[in-house]
Amino acid sequence: MISIFHHIGKYFLLLGKVFKKPDNFKLIRKQIIHEMVSLGIGSLGLIAIISLFMGAVVTLQTASNLNNPLLPAYLIGYATRESFILEMAPTVMSLILAGKIGSNIASEIGAMRVTEQIDALEIMGVNSASYLIFPKITAALLFIPIIVIYSMFLGALGGFIVALYSSGMTIEDYITGLRYDFKPFSIVYAMIKTVFFAFVITSIPSYHGYYTRGGALEIGISSTKSVVYTSIVILIINYIITQLLLL
Amino acid sequence: MIEVKNINKYFSGNQILHDVSIDFKKGKINLIIGASGSGKSVLTKCIVGLHEVDNGSIEYDGRDFTKMNFKERKNIRKEIGMLFQGAALFDSLTVEENVKFPLKMYTTKSQEEILTRVNFCLQRVNLENVNSLYPAELSGGMQKRVGIARAIALNPKYLFCDEPNSGLDPQTGIVIDNLIQEITEEYNITTIVVTHDMNSVMETGDNISFIYEGKKWWEGNKHEILKTHNQELCDFVYASRIMKKFKAL
Repeated sequence: MISIFHHIGKYFLLLGKVFKKPDNFKLIRKQIIHEMVSLGIGSLGLIAIISLFMGAVVTLQTASNLNNPLLPAYLIGYATRESFILEMAPTVMSLILAGKIGSNIASEIGAMRVTEQIDALEIMGVNSASYLIFPKITAALLFIPIIVIYSMFLGALGGFIVALYSSGMTIEDYITGLRYDFKPFSIVYAMIKTVFFAFVITSIPSYHGYYTRGGALEIGISSTKSVVYTSIVILIINYIITQLLLL
Repeated sequence: MIEVKNINKYFSGNQILHDVSIDFKKGKINLIIGASGSGKSVLTKCIVGLHEVDNGSIEYDGRDFTKMNFKERKNIRKEIGMLFQGAALFDSLTVEENVKFPLKMYTTKSQEEILTRVNFCLQRVNLENVNSLYPAELSGGMQKRVGIARAIALNPKYLFCDEPNSGLDPQTGIVIDNLIQEITEEYNITTIVVTHDMNSVMETGDNISFIYEGKKWWEGNKHEILKTHNQELCDFVYASRIMKKFKAL
């Protein structure tokens, strides 16, 4: 238990270092763009595949469970839209990104630690935490909401493809369902969650990478730990935000 | 000149450094030697501020580093160049970008001036046509030379080298030693080299401090080290068969 508080304290102290005034804004800006490309654009392919297939599967499963003449067929599109906007795109995609981006960040920073590259930055008088972690957090805060919106569209597209080729529903019903009783607040809610998740996806792995000690084995352990803790924190935050915003 | 006065360092209650005092002279290569685990790397990390000392002082030309705040330390660090054991080049940057890094971070020079300085530093360590290569594409000796080029980019007053020829063949090791010696004399800087390589000791040892079990055990130069009767130092210096044969002669 004491160890958990020790890590939480150390994590917030690290964040204090991360958000100190950067040494050189020009270099940091360049780093942010670099991180947006490597972390964000590098994830678009994976997110596209997962979103399309998940959208298709959610549509098929809803269709099979709503196979009742008393229930209108447009509910299939409605259920697909709601599940994607409220949970699939923000939460499930964030969990996937926690695995992809999180392990990447923890191993990158961990390798820099064990090969003394972070010490080299410190010797040069550079605030290594700010230089390495701040651009990653900023890039994630800017890019992950875009990825989540992209995922929402692709999830709906996956369902559309199913509607196109399935005999159980029509495209008109599916589109009617997508548009039925749309509340813009759902998007706001999803974006609020995403911003918190984006912060967690980058800051927790950065913490684990930054304090890696040892060699290759410890880098692997840091990477695994970062994915596990990030996923748990995402689920806890998801519950808290849902409780606060939807009820 | 760097003066280390009575420093002590503990890790989790274990005392690693015991009241160490050493003067590192300007324009000379100051060697810190000792067996693995003797505390020489901890001592170096304390001097450069990567570890905080528990007591004692470290003065850079009269400026007490241990009493400085973050900003003051940052200014001193701009005067320090360091070559790490594994070179510690930034993997994601090319050779040119690695050497450029401190210049871009701390100077207001134009791109052209920065590039001129980068090429000068690379030529100084006898490297040409490697600007666009990544560290992984270089040999160990070349990585060390790029490390030296990056360390001297800002014209440091103090140069630290942590086991500069570890992992290198003897010939390349001598090249690196000679380079460090030339740079020290040319720019009249205070150089501190941590090593346990006796070739380096005999090649460059102007001022040698032997660390044993976290204490400064002996101090002298490369001529005196061969005549010493200090048992622990003799065990270290004459550890290899060839050195034992040399002593017998």
